Amino acid sequence: MAFNLDSKTPEGPLADKWTNHLFNMKLVNPANKRKFNVIVVGSGLAGASAAASLSELGYSVDCFCFQDTPRRAHSIAAQGGINAAKNYPNDGDSVRRLFYDTIKGGDYRAREANVYRLAEVSNSIIDQCVAQGVPFARDYGGLLDNRSFGGAQVSRTFYARGQTGQQLLIGAYQALSKEIAKGGVTMHTRTEMLDVVTVDGQAKGIITRDLVSGEIKRHAADAVLLCTGGYSNVFYLSTNAMGSNVTAAFRAHKKGAGFANPCYTQIHPTCIPVSSEHQSKLTLMSESLRNDGRVWVPKSKSDGRPPADIPEDERDYYLERRYPSFGNLVPRDVASRAAKERCDEGFGVGESGLAVYLDFADAIERLGEDTIRARYGNLFQMYEKITAENPYKVPMRIFPAVHYTMGGLWVDYNLQTTVPGLFALGECNFSDHGANRLGASALMQGLADGYFVAPYTVSNYLGEHGEMQADKKVTTTHPAFDEAEAAVVARTERLMAVNGTQSIDSFHKRLGLIMWDNCGMGRTKETLTKALEEIPKLREEFWNDVRIPGDDKEFNIEVEKANRVADFLEFAETMCLDALTREESCGGHFREEHQSADGEAQRDDENFAVASVWEYKGEGERPELSLEQLEFENVKLTTRSYK
Amino acid sequence: MKITLHVWRQKDVNSVGKMQRREVNDISQDMSFLEMLDKVNEDIIIEGGEPIAFDHDCREGICGMCSMMINGRAHGPDDGTTTCQLHMRSFQDGDAIHIEPFRARAFPVVRDLVVDRSSFDRIVQAGGFISANTGGCQDANSQLIPKIDSDLAMDAAACIGCGACVASCPNGSAMLFVAAKMGHLANLPQGQPERYTRARNMITQMDAEGFGACSNHYECEASCPKDIPVTFIGDMNRDVLKANTCSSAK
Ligand SMILES: Cc1cc2nc3c(=O)[nH]c(=O)nc-3n(C[C@H](O)[C@H](O)[C@H](O)COP(=O)(O)OP(=O)(O)OC[C@H]3O[C@@H](n4cnc5c(N)ncnc54)[C@H](O)[C@@H]3O)c2cc1C
Ligand code: FES
Repeated sequence: MAFNLDSKTPEGPLADKWTNHLFNMKLVNPANKRKFNVIVVGSGLAGASAAASLSELGYSVDCFCFQDTPRRAHSIAAQGGINAAKNYPNDGDSVRRLFYDTIKGGDYRAREANVYRLAEVSNSIIDQCVAQGVPFARDYGGLLDNRSFGGAQVSRTFYARGQTGQQLLIGAYQALSKEIAKGGVTMHTRTEMLDVVTVDGQAKGIITRDLVSGEIKRHAADAVLLCTGGYSNVFYLSTNAMGSNVTAAFRAHKKGAGFANPCYTQIHPTCIPVSSEHQSKLTLMSESLRNDGRVWVPKSKSDGRPPADIPEDERDYYLERRYPSFGNLVPRDVASRAAKERCDEGFGVGESGLAVYLDFADAIERLGEDTIRARYGNLFQMYEKITAENPYKVPMRIFPAVHYTMGGLWVDYNLQTTVPGLFALGECNFSDHGANRLGASALMQGLADGYFVAPYTVSNYLGEHGEMQADKKVTTTHPAFDEAEAAVVARTERLMAVNGTQSIDSFHKRLGLIMWDNCGMGRTKETLTKALEEIPKLREEFWNDVRIPGDDKEFNIEVEKANRVADFLEFAETMCLDALTREESCGGHFREEHQSADGEAQRDDENFAVASVWEYKGEGERPELSLEQLEFENVKLTTRSYK
Repeated sequence: MKITLHVWRQKDVNSVGKMQRREVNDISQDMSFLEMLDKVNEDIIIEGGEPIAFDHDCREGICGMCSMMINGRAHGPDDGTTTCQLHMRSFQDGDAIHIEPFRARAFPVVRDLVVDRSSFDRIVQAGGFISANTGGCQDANSQLIPKIDSDLAMDAAACIGCGACVASCPNGSAMLFVAAKMGHLANLPQGQPERYTRARNMITQMDAEGFGACSNHYECEASCPKDIPVTFIGDMNRDVLKANTCSSAK
C-alpha cells in the first residue's frame, strides 16, 4: 500500500503559514499536560531541547541516550557555527534570504514551507541560547560576532570558538538538567532503543536495552519523538561519533515509518585524509576554515615538491578559478566534487594523492598569526595532533569525507512520520536540507525542531488524539508490547547464536568500503547495481559467520555494535536502491551519468522534484516507493550557479 | 612497534578486578591510542576472548567519553590531550603501557575501563544551569557582554566533563569540574540571578556524591585535556564563601 504523503502544509502565503498554523493548532489545558507521557529518544540538540521544552510545558517526559550522559551526544562535535537571519552585520540578510539560500543550497529538493519556518524561528534560537548562557563569540564592543559559511554571501553564522556544537549542547543539557531536577524529565542513559511499539497504527511506546545490565525493558507513552541523529556511519569511516547509528530510525521504518531520500549524503570537503587501514574515524576541519584558508593543488601532475617550494604561479586555486563569485566558499557538495575531480585527474597531493591543500599563509600574513589562532586555534591544534604537522607553517592537507545525511524519516509539516504519534526531529528526519545541507544549518534545524516546533505540534497531536483517562491508556502489558519485546529478544538470541569467526568491525569495514566505492561522491548505474549485489551477500555472511563474544545479559559493547551493524547491512540496500532510482544529479547525490559538459550536477526537475519515500516490506524484499511532489510557489527553480 | 600492555580487567561493579598482561605486535606509530586498543580487541575476539571494555564516542577530544589512566596519568603522557587524540607516536617501541580506569570513590567501575560518572550529572542538576525556559527571551544583542567576560566564560565552558581532574587528584576531588561549570555561568550577566544559590547547591551535591576536597595539589590542572586553570577554583571558593556568609548572597 502506498503511503499517504499529505504534507499538511498550512494554507496561506508562505510568510503567514506558521503563524496561522500556531493559531489553528489544538492546545492542551495546563492541568492536563502532566497526564501525558512523551518519550524522547536522543539527547543531542534536537532531543535535549525537545525534552526540556516539553517538560517545561508540563508534560511528563522520558528521555533516552546510549552515552553515559546526555551531554555527550554527537552534536557536541559540531565546530563551526549556527546560522540565523539576525542581520546584525547589516549586510542584507533576512528571513527570506536565509530561506532562499537554504532552498537553493539544497538544490531545490526540500519543502518550501518547512524551510521558511526554519528561517523564521532561527532568530529565536540565538536569543534562547544567549539567555541560557551560551558564550558565543563577541566583538570588542560586546556585541555578538558573525562569520561566513559556504553557500551564502552574508555573514550569519554565530559561533563559540571552534566548539559551537559543544556550547549549544551544554545549553540544552543544562535546560534538560533543570527539568530532570524538577522531576519533569526522567533520564535513561546507557540505554538503546531497539523498537517502536505501535497499537492500532499509533506509536505507543518503545522497547529498550539497558547497556549496563543487558535488560530489555518496555516504556509506554502517548507520543514518541525520535531525535537519534544521522546514519553516516553506514560508510564505516565518517566524521560522526563512533556510536552514531541508524538503528532507531530503521526500526521505526520497519514499523511503518517511511524513509525519505536515503541516498542524500553529504560529503564534507575539509577533512583530514585517511592515513592508514586501521583508521577508525575521520576528522572534520570546520568549513569556517574556508573563510581564511585558500584551497589549491599544484598545476603540474604529481608535483613532488613540498608546498612551500611551489611558486605562486604554479598553483591552481581551482575553486577561485572555477567559481569566482563564491570562491573558496562554494557549498560543500560543489567543493567536494571539485577536490575529487582534481585528485582523479592526478593533481592530488600527499602520499596517497588523495588530498588538496588548504593554505593559511595569506591570511596569516594579512591578519597575523594571533588572529588566526583566536579564530581557529583548537582546529589547528587538533590537526597537528593527528598529523604531527604544524598548519601555521605548512598548508593543511584535506580531503572530502562522509559527514551528514540529509535523508531520514519522512515527516509532515508537524514533524510527524507516517506513523501517527511518532515524530522525528533533527538529523533523524529528512525535512529541511533537500539534497545538500548548508554549513551551520544542522545545529539551527535541531534546535528549531526541539525548542520551537515540536512543543507545539506534539501538543496539537496530544490535544487531538491523546488519551487523558488513565484507565484507558495503553500500558506496557498490552499484547503489542509482548510482541515487540519478543521480537527484540529473538533477534538478539539469533545474533548471539551465530557464533562464527569474524568480528563485527570487520563486517562494518567491508560494508563501508562497498558504500564508499559505489554509493559515495560519484555514483553510476553500474556501481549501484554492483553494490546491490554485494550487500545481500555480505549480510548473509554476517548472519552466518559473525562472532559476538560474551553474554548479552551484561555490559557488552559487541552486542551494541552487532545490533547497529545488522541494521546498516539492511539499510545500505535501501540507500543504493534510492540512488539508483533517482536518475538525476542533485546536491550531494551525484550520478555521473547526469552532469553538464563542465562537470556540474544536472537536475531533472520535471521528473524528480519529489521526495522519494520508501516503505519497508521485509528483509531482502524490495521496499515500495511513494513520492511526495514538491511544489515551488515562491522560488524559481534554476540551475544552481556559484560562478 | 611492539608493546606490552597491562590492562585492568573487571567484570562488573561487584567483582574484584586485576591487571592483565598482553604482548602486542604490529602497532603503527600513526595509530591513535584507541585504534591500538581496537586492534587488540579484534585479536582478542578472534582468539575467543572477551574484549576490553572502554568508553569512547567522538574520537576527536570533545565529548569527554574516553577516560583512562595511562601509565598513571589521566589521558596519557601528552598535555592538553584526550585519550582519543593520543597517538602511538608518543610511545617507544618496546614500551610497557599500564591502563587503568579513572578511579575515585564517586566513579564506580562498570566494567574494565568503563566507570560511572553520573555523579557529574547530578551536580549539574543541583544548579549548574540558568533557569531560562524556552521562549520569551529578549533579543540576543540587547545586553552587551564585554569580550573579556565572554571569553573567560568560554574558557571555563570548554570543560568536557571527562573526569580526568577527579581521577588525578589524590583526594578524588571534583573541584575543577564544579568550578568550571560555575565559572562559565558566573562570568556572564545571565548567570548572576542564581549565582550564589547555584554555588551553594552544587557544592552541597558535590560533597554528597563522595568527592574529596581540594588541598592545592593542582594535579587536576596538569591533567585537564582542555587546560582549564585552577584559578576558577579560587573564584568558586569566593562565591561559596559569600553564599554561606553574606546576607546579600543568601
Ligand atoms: C564533526 C562534525 C561537525 C559538525 N559541525 C557542524 C556545524 O558547525 N554546524 C552545523 O550546523 N552542523 C554541524 N554538524 C552537524 C550537526 O552536528 C548534527 O547534524 C546535529 O548535531 C545532529 O543533532 P541531533 O540532535 O539530530 O542528533 P545527535 O546529536 O547525533 O544526537 C543523537 C542522540 O540520539 C541518541 N541515540 C541514537 N541512537 C539511539 C538509539 N538507538 N537509542 C537511544 N538513543 C539513541 C544518542 O545517544 C544521542 O543522544 C557537524 C557534524 C559533525 C559530525
Ligand atoms: S572519545 Fe570523545 S573525547 Fe575522547
